[in-house]
This record gives sequence, C-alpha cells and structure tokens, in this order.
Amino acid sequence: MNIVVLMKQVPGTSSVGVDPTRGTLRREGVPAQTNPYDLHALEAALALKEQVGGTVTVVSMGPPQAEAVIREAYWMGADHGILLTDRVFAGADTLATAFTLSQALKTLEFDLIIAGMQSTDGDTAQVGPGVAEFLDIPHVSYVREIKGVAGPEVGAGTYPLPEGAARLTVTADLGDTLLIQDVCLPALITVTKDLNQPRLPSFKLRKAVADKPVSVMRAEDLPASPKPYYGLAGSATRVEKIFPPERTVVREIWEGEPDELASRLAVLLREVVGK
Amino acid sequence: MPGKFDRPNENDIRFLQEICGEKDVISSGPLMDDYARDEMPWVKGYPAAVVFPESAQEVSEILKHASARRIPVTTRGSGTGLCGGAVPTLGGIVLCTTKMNRILEIDSSNFTATVEAGVLLTTIHQAVEARGFFYAPDPGEKTATIGGNIATNAGGMRAIKYGVTRDNIRGLQVVLSTGEILNLGGKHAKNSTGYSLMNAFIGSEGTLGVVTQATLRLLPLPKQTLSLLVPFASLRDAIRAVPKVMESGILPQSIEFAEKGVIFAAESYLGKRFPHRTAPAYLLIRLDGNSREEVTSAMDLVGNACLAAGADDVLIADTPEQQSAVWDARGAFLAALKSGNEVDECDVVVPRDRIADLVEYTKEVAEEVGVRIESFGHAGDGNLHIYVMRDTMAQEEWEEKLPRAMDLLYERGRELGGMVSGEHGIGVAKRPYMEKSLSEDEIALMARMKSLFDPAGILNPGKVVPLSGS
Repeated sequence: MNIVVLMKQVPGTSSVGVDPTRGTLRREGVPAQTNPYDLHALEAALALKEQVGGTVTVVSMGPPQAEAVIREAYWMGADHGILLTDRVFAGADTLATAFTLSQALKTLEFDLIIAGMQSTDGDTAQVGPGVAEFLDIPHVSYVREIKGVAGPEVGAGTYPLPEGAARLTVTADLGDTLLIQDVCLPALITVTKDLNQPRLPSFKLRKAVADKPVSVMRAEDLPASPKPYYGLAGSATRVEKIFPPERTVVREIWEGEPDELASRLAVLLREVVGK
Repeated sequence: MPGKFDRPNENDIRFLQEICGEKDVISSGPLMDDYARDEMPWVKGYPAAVVFPESAQEVSEILKHASARRIPVTTRGSGTGLCGGAVPTLGGIVLCTTKMNRILEIDSSNFTATVEAGVLLTTIHQAVEARGFFYAPDPGEKTATIGGNIATNAGGMRAIKYGVTRDNIRGLQVVLSTGEILNLGGKHAKNSTGYSLMNAFIGSEGTLGVVTQATLRLLPLPKQTLSLLVPFASLRDAIRAVPKVMESGILPQSIEFAEKGVIFAAESYLGKRFPHRTAPAYLLIRLDGNSREEVTSAMDLVGNACLAAGADDVLIADTPEQQSAVWDARGAFLAALKSGNEVDECDVVVPRDRIADLVEYTKEVAEEVGVRIESFGHAGDGNLHIYVMRDTMAQEEWEEKLPRAMDLLYERGRELGGMVSGEHGIGVAKRPYMEKSLSEDEIALMARMKSLFDPAGILNPGKVVPLSGS
C-alpha cells in the first residue's frame, strides 16, 4: 500500500502571541515544530505499512526551512519526502493550499492519504478534506481508529462496496457520535490524537539518513501551471482581523465548613445542570 | 523524659487560639483524619490539635508553650512524605506550615528566592521560571512544601546535575523549641564561618527545629531541553551504559531507569500509551542547555555513547508533546503502582555502578519471599525506589512477608555500600533500618544533637533518632 502523509510545520505549541494592532501572529523567535496531529497521521501510515507493506511518502508545503518536518519524518521511518516550496505559494489560504497539495498528489501513485485532523496554528481542519475534493476521492475526517484494511471480507461490511475493492474500515469521532465507516481506496482520512501514540524519532535513523535527499517541487513542476490558482492569488479568503480569544475562565475559592460548602456546591451544580 | 509527654488540654487549645486565632486551630471534626497520616499508609496517629501559624513569632510562642508543657509538636507541610515523618505518632500538636505560604523576594542580583516554609514546590518553580530563573531540585511530588523538602533533604530527578535540596539552600530561618528565632546562612554563595548550623536542620525531619523561611539558590533557567528514551535488552545493559554516558563529557539533567512492567503500569494508570513498548529496560535521559545547537550536540555525544554501550536505539523526544509522552509516564510510576494496591517502599541509595546488582537481587527476594517487587529510579545517582506490592495478600501474610523482604533488601543495600534513604528520609518507618546501617557512635551523636537542640524533646519525638532514654 502506498501511503502519502500530509504534514506541516507550525510554531511551537502555545507560545505564539498575537500582535493586536497588525492583526498577525508573532512568529519571530518562536521555535517551529511539526504539527502534533500530523505525527499521529505519520504513525498511522507507518503502522499500516508494517502491517501490509508498501511505502510512506511525506508531502509538506512551506518555506525551505519546512524541510525539517520531512527530516523528522525520515527519522521516524518515512521512505520519501517532498517539499512544495515556491514564492508563488506564499499567502495561501486553505483553498489554495488544498489545491496546491492536490496538484502534487496528482503526480504520485497512492492508495491512501492521511493528514492530521487540523493544524495547531490555523485550527481550520479544512485542508485535508479540500485535497480529497480536488482529487475527487472519498474522505473521512476525525478518524480515531483504523479497524482494518483489505478486501471486502474485512471490516464492518454494512455497505456494499464494488467487487474486490480495497477498503479501509475506520471509526470517525463526530463529537457525540462514533461512526464506523468502510471507505473505498484510494481515499483520504484525517486523524485525531486518540488514534495512536506516535513513535519517537530514532537517533539511529537520523544518522543513517543524514544524506537522504528531500525532493523539492515548485509551481512549474505541478500539472496546473497558471499562477492565479496558487498562493495569495488563489485564495478565496482574506484575513481582516486576528485577535486572541478572551479568557473567560473565572476561578473562585470558597472557604468554610464542609457541610456549608457541600450545599453551596449542590446549589451551583443544580443551576449549571438546570441550564 | 519519654513517656512524660502531656496531652493538650482545653487551656492549651485556648492558648493556641489566642496566638493564631480561632480559625487557625482545629481540634475536632472530619479534617483531623487528614492530619493523622502522610502518604505512608500504615503509620497513623491523631493529634489533639492542628495549628496553622502565620509567622516565626507565632511558631516561637507555640514552641515555648509546648516545651514548658511537654507537649509533642510535629511539623507538617502538605503531608506528602513517604515514611510517616509528619505523623504525630505520640499525639500532641501538629504545626502545619501551609499558611506561611508567601514568596517574600526573588533577588535577581544575588540569584536567590526567599520563601516561607509552606510555599508549594510547584508555586516556587512557576514563580521563578516566570522571571527566567530556575530552582533546580525536582522531586516528583510537586505539591510538597519547600519546608518538607528541606526537612527530608529531598532529591529528585535533577540531582545528578544540580544536587539535592541541601545543595540549593543558601539560608534558613529556624525556630528552636526553646523559642529563639535563628537566621542562618543568607544570600551569600560561600561560607566558612564556624559550624554550619544551617545544614544540621536540613534533613532533620522536624526533630531539631521548625524551619519557617528559606533562601533558595537560583540558576538561570536553561532555555532548551531535549529528552532521549533509550531501549536496552536488559536492565544490566542499561545501567552499564550510564558511566559511558557520563564519559561522553555531557552531564545530563536526569538519567532515570525503568523496566517494562512499571511502564505498562503507568500506561494503564494514565490511559496513555508509552512511545515504545518492546524493550525490557529503558534509560530516560534529559539534556538541557541554552541553545538548540548546544542540546543537539549534547544529543549526538550521548546518543553515540548509548549506541556504543549496546542500546537498541536512541529515541529523540524534542517537542513538548514528545517529552511529556516520556516524562508523564515517569511521573506516574509511583501513583500507578499504588493505585488500588498497598505497597511499601525501599528508598535505598547505592554507588551507581551497583544499581543493577540490587535490582537483580530484588528478583531473587521476590522469588524467595513470594511477593511481587517492582522498581525504578535514578540511574544517574544510584537512588532506587523498590516497591514491595501487597496485591491480594491477606493482612497476616503481608505482615509476615513485607518485613522479610525489606530486611533482605536493606541488608543487601548495606553490603553494596549504600544508605537506607536516598531522598525520602527516615521518619518512623525506616528507623530500625537506619539503626542497623549506621554505627552506634553515629546514632549516639545524633541523639546528643537532638537533646542539645531540643532539650525538652518535644519536636517530632520518636522520629529519626529513638526517644531519649528509651
């Protein structure tokens, strides 16, 4: 099975501030890291490869320093890495990003695409499904369990699939519902953190792959060459304003006799539940 | 003197109320249970009163009164001790420091923090780190008070690089049982001025005086950390790699060891998978430094040293998520073993090249006595935490097997050149083992120190040293 994992570089968790006047993220001096959800996506791919064989290719879009994401993926066991980097791609929103990634994927052979459910910087959860739509393949978001992969004899089998089709059986976490689905391959899934515990990068692999190349793709290497589809020009959204959410957590400390505190708490809980 | 202690009466309780206010004295009700124990399950003792003084002056008044009336006073912080040290086994007064909980000063010129004894360790870490400083000791239990850390000379995971509590205390304010308030040490970094009285109080478990304030040594906060999870084919291989790591020229912040069983216990306790599950034994190494380059080149040296010493691989935990996947498990080992079980612990410290001998011996003891024994600990400094597990044993069987297992473990610890307690203290639970482990002359000198510092013998009587005259 040939698996592609979509990964991106994000600012180190919880350390990014917002510049309220300019409406931009303060990224200066903030260390970059791989989007934590994407490591779960890569782990899922590596585990599937261990189970059924095949290759794992990582695709990332970003500035040249985003190569670090692919290097780290190599240290975890990825076979190939492609970095989409071009000034033309700069300023892309989720639509233009999904389009760009889908163009690169059209040059690859794959059975399954796995992405993290969202990134920790933008939090939109749109790019994965967007890629699948551009590729016109089925997709399942928020996968928290991969139950099986194989032919029609595996999986829940509640829905008739084309004869002999390879399929994946997954459990998607829809918040208040768990949905078990069979999905025909090729397909795209996005995964939650509940899916697995990502393996750690290996020092041994790091030494072994020190000279392993990362393929670079630029706009001219992609099937659709018109620039207006990429980057800021290809983006359907404009950010008007960006601001940190107001913190609404209020803490109270109560002191008193246990009985009195217990009844006070009961009153409060009744109020909250009553709502 | 022993046996002549008095029980606090109504007048004594009224006196405490006058000194500290009625609200700050408890003498009945459900909360008393909390002050009758620490985290060691079988040592219990109810105080007649719990008092929460807010200043050294109030402590002084209480101690003078208690000395005159011969009422035992047991000082206590959060009660997270593991040896019954803060349990009022002879009743009397529990003097709880938790209302002396102010951070008085963070001095950025002298790199010191002056805090009251009841400040929680986690509060200190947060406060100094927000200012770019670092208070190095990191015992697993972060809800302990600094006073309790000083009383037991707590160690923890960073001891290999930064030392234990004693190495990070610059000054103490101590109240003697006779009421004098002493200010020992200070903000200076060096001191050759007479006997170090300050050091006598560190690790004295509340038997010599009551610590009310401490001046802590701060360091610049290391800007970067990086952790390595190193799988080995056996614990012996893992322990043998430690000197090789040290010879690489890098002094890690922590080097911990764990075997598979404890890691699996932590997994099910946390409901969270550990990032690697197939090796019988692991070293957990944390490196710190001021730049990416520094920790990365340290990683290269340590990683190569581990591979040369026979490690299966060296796994890199760099991001906060990766590091917490490793260290959250380490932090949960004790809770995981205690969860739904009764355990007793042997906190021995041996020369670090003898750790594997002792851990292997625990397996012989387990077989011989017929108990389950788990262990983990600080590979970098030779301090082990060995747990004898009760599991489904009946009380009678447990009472018979536990001391047999403990006797054997402590005896072997002694033979290997070790000490009874590496970082938890003696309290009441480990006293018999300390008495077997130290010379008569040492014990006698300790007893004389005790009566010199605390002539009425009221401070935490029966802990560390035997009751005088008994």
